[in-house]
Amino acid sequence: MLGRSFWGQTTPWSEMERLRREMNRLFSTYPATSGARVAGGYPAMNVWTNEDGVVVTAELPGIDPEKLDIAVVENTLTLSGERTPLELAEGDVYHRRERGYGKFTRSFQLPFNVEANNVEATYEKGVLHITLPRAEADKPRKIVVKAA
Amino acid sequence: MANENELNIQETEKQEIAETGAERTRSRLAFVPRTDIYETNEAIVLVTDMPGVDESTLDITLENDVLTLNGCVETAYPEGYGLAYGEYRVGDYERSFTLSSKVDRDKIEATVKDGVLRLHLPKAEPSMRKIAVAAG
Repeated sequence: MLGRSFWGQTTPWSEMERLRREMNRLFSTYPATSGARVAGGYPAMNVWTNEDGVVVTAELPGIDPEKLDIAVVENTLTLSGERTPLELAEGDVYHRRERGYGKFTRSFQLPFNVEANNVEATYEKGVLHITLPRAEADKPRKIVVKAA
Repeated sequence: MANENELNIQETEKQEIAETGAERTRSRLAFVPRTDIYETNEAIVLVTDMPGVDESTLDITLENDVLTLNGCVETAYPEGYGLAYGEYRVGDYERSFTLSSKVDRDKIEATVKDGVLRLHLPKAEPSMRKIAVAAG
């Protein structure tokens, strides 16, 4: 490849290439700056990670949290629920109908196994927040290099 | 109408506000909240999805027949976490509606629950009078 240097020395080309890749990555993952991403289904989700776990957020306005079903099996999170349509009396007419309704199910593969017993979910102001701690056995271990 | 058990969501993406007319003072993303409007015998009811908004961050004004909804959403990113995958963006909500004169302005009621605003706009008593035309 052009610009690829010998023994890891950087050349202007490889530096520029790295910068370009870095910029692309930045713009494609940060939600506040990225363009519209193709949503994978309903609800749209944001997934946040660090070494100790995952936080999944979803905007689900007007949902009965009792009817929301969150299941975790190994590293798969399944979210299902229902958005009920408005109850209109007879003779009432719609002028505008933009909000969606119906049953939904979404499965998500998490980057690691999680402690299924310690998963916490909160629902506030129509936003669902699921915190999934990483399984202890799955956490990265630091390997100490011993001097011979 | 589609089967009730079927998911009936046309679009999951939020629609960003097009900058026409007045510019926004907050340098934030703003979206057009999805709204259902229906009419009953006594009132016009407006139901709007505004996830992340509660009664303290929602502003509703009525000026010269124009009803404006303004919802501020504080972006609370989970601390110490980095975004791994993003499908939706967080921002404010803004939308205006022109009301017809048949709405009784003093009796408008608004409630917000679980990120859904419900505005009850009662219809005014008909003030129309019929004028009999006599043959001259």
